[in-house]
Amino acid sequence: MNWSEFFHMGGYAFFVWTSYALAFVIVVLNIVSPMVQRKKIIARIKRAIKRENLDNRT
Amino acid sequence: MWNWIQRFSSPKHFYSMSAVLIPWFSISALLIGLYGLYLGLFVAPTDYQQGESYRIIFIHVPAAWMSMFVYMVMAVSSVIGLVWQIRLADMVAAASAPIGASFAFLALVTGSLWGKPMWGAYWVWDARLTSELILLFLYLGYMALQSAIDDQRSADKASGLLAIVGVVNIPIIHYSVEWWNTLHQGATVTKFDKPSMHIDMLIPLLLMALAFKLFYAALVLIRTRNEALYRDRNRRWVRELIKDL
Repeated sequence: MNWSEFFHMGGYAFFVWTSYALAFVIVVLNIVSPMVQRKKIIARIKRAIKRENLDNRT
Repeated sequence: MWNWIQRFSSPKHFYSMSAVLIPWFSISALLIGLYGLYLGLFVAPTDYQQGESYRIIFIHVPAAWMSMFVYMVMAVSSVIGLVWQIRLADMVAAASAPIGASFAFLALVTGSLWGKPMWGAYWVWDARLTSELILLFLYLGYMALQSAIDDQRSADKASGLLAIVGVVNIPIIHYSVEWWNTLHQGATVTKFDKPSMHIDMLIPLLLMALAFKLFYAALVLIRTRNEALYRDRNRRWVRELIKDL
């Protein structure tokens, strides 16, 4: 079996490779989105702490 | 016993425990997934009926299994949260919903990409496909309820009830191919029969399913940690922890 035959997937290349590509995208999104979420949560808590400290001073 | 459960399920304790587990789940998911992909794409033989198109199975079936498995985790956690008021269980349920939704979506789209060349249509209103679509909507409904209700306890109660009621859909998905006439092919792997599949196709399928489960284990821990940080944002352990982040 050579590579062009492999990518051809017996004529089903579009269906097979779109499926695998989408699976890859979903895996990546599942990894990235909680990382972004974590950054947002930490930033939000830090902001809240800052605000509380300001409030306490006045 | 009760005290032990209480302490073990405290978000603070969970937060430090989970940090140890996440790398193990992630690395094993990656390695098993790569090996499964290699076997599925290069070693598994061509199907005598479906040609190469059947290779979508190594994504489609693990994604579909996972969408149901994650739903059960979400529903059981919701029961634990509702009945025993274990906050960590509600966090696990809320963390599971977006993961489950993404895999239900993946199962639906890969199914439709497989359906087009085999059945001649991207979509048919068939029992299996419709019940899986309802599963996706249940996940989305859970997430909508979580974000629409400001009070966290009420949000957990409402979305938890939805998750529990929606469990009725799981056996419907599972048995749909037996109960109704359907285009969807029957189960390939069952508990009681010998699988109707060549062993070189079966092994990568099971490896991919295992890799997906391990991936979920890592993801649910990561997302539950986020939930713990956010929900306990006014508690002391988070305030002390956040200084170092």
